[in-house]
Amino acid sequence: MSAFIALLRRDLTLAFRVGGGPFLGLAFFLTVTALLPLGVGARLGLLGEAAAGFLWVAAALAALLSLDRLFQADAEDGTLDQLALGSLPLELAVLAKCLAHWLTTGLPLAFAAPVLALLLNMPIEGYLPLTLSLLIGSPVFSLAGAIGAALTAGLRRGGLLLSLLVLPLFVPVVIFGAGTVSLAMGGQSNLGAFLFLGAASLFALVLAPLAAAAALRIHLS
Amino acid sequence: MLRYANPKRFLDLSATLLPFLWVLAIALLGWGLYEAIFVVPPDYQQGDSVRIMYVHVPSAWMGSFIYGFMFIASVVGLVWKHPLADAAAKEAAPIGACFTAACLITGSLWGKPMWGTYWIWDARLTSMLVLLFLYLGYIGIWSAIEDRAKAARAAAILCVVGVINIPIIRFSVEWWDTLHQGPSVVRFENGKLSPSIDPSMLWPLLAAGLGCTFLFFALLFVRMRTEIARRRIRTLMSARAAA
Repeated sequence: MSAFIALLRRDLTLAFRVGGGPFLGLAFFLTVTALLPLGVGARLGLLGEAAAGFLWVAAALAALLSLDRLFQADAEDGTLDQLALGSLPLELAVLAKCLAHWLTTGLPLAFAAPVLALLLNMPIEGYLPLTLSLLIGSPVFSLAGAIGAALTAGLRRGGLLLSLLVLPLFVPVVIFGAGTVSLAMGGQSNLGAFLFLGAASLFALVLAPLAAAAALRIHLS
Repeated sequence: MLRYANPKRFLDLSATLLPFLWVLAIALLGWGLYEAIFVVPPDYQQGDSVRIMYVHVPSAWMGSFIYGFMFIASVVGLVWKHPLADAAAKEAAPIGACFTAACLITGSLWGKPMWGTYWIWDARLTSMLVLLFLYLGYIGIWSAIEDRAKAARAAAILCVVGVINIPIIRFSVEWWDTLHQGPSVVRFENGKLSPSIDPSMLWPLLAAGLGCTFLFFALLFVRMRTEIARRRIRTLMSARAAA
């Protein structure tokens, strides 16, 4: 357990000192949000309708952008071999890295989302479901993304391939995540969509570290 | 099955089977498509455009069938680490991608006169498109990793993850939005499976579907034989370079 916490703390420290931590992700999130009105026009009605879906897509992209560094740096400098040799099972090491990734991307985005939703003129009843759904659903981005990151860890230009591998896995979460907001704004019950997001997160929490660790072992052997 | 996993046995067996596969594929597809184009009556609503169905539906079947085939081959490859299973999955992927693309393109051409649009973000269309992405990712990972054994295992893991995800994608896009009709070739009625289209249309459709299946195996065997030959040439050349 102490190895798990040590690895988590190391990754968080690295994220804060080298990559700017959560702020870089937030800056990306903000920039993309600023591009939307510039791209589709500043009609408030249109923006308000598209806001929830767009913020979910932006969250997926923000996760994707940082995913290709998830194992890459460690694979290059040999840290990954050390992790595989250590007492901590590789599956738990993957989980620690996913958790660190989510704490620096998914979690800050969830809290920033209402502010950006305000910029995009989203109706106020959507704020709570948007934040909650991002909190519950965005771990899937880090977890399922880790599978793709592990598969492409040893490759020199894995970034583009990574998005092709991972985006299909994001489809259900984006559908139900944005669904929670549009259902709430339509005055319907969104409990089912929330339950689905929770199920997807738990499912990924159990299976993704196994698959990602198996993929990492390919590159280590 | 593992008895035939020996490349030598596979080469012998596939050489014997290939002519039959080609004949069956051409005969069934030929008859099915002849019936579909010249014999089957035009639909009372859709007119002649209904004939697209005889290409569209078999392609859709094959798109899913081949991914299932790749899944089985990938699991066999992961468990028994057999190169022939890896080769089967690898060589099946481009064929599956082509069938999936054919399904999307014919569906889009059919959609324009019937639904009034080439493309809509409907559940079945979307899940088929995602299936195409899964195929492309699978092909991509094979070409990105140089070491064959590593590429095989990485691709197999990706294929297994994809199979777990397909039902979830399918279910979620259906919940999301749907315009495409449900499965309508066979239906459960009064507790038994019964065809819901007239035999004069059902048989050509089944023949086309079966013809596509034989075509797939014929193409797969040819591709696998080529792959085995390619591997042999590479071994010979590196042996010669070393000598």
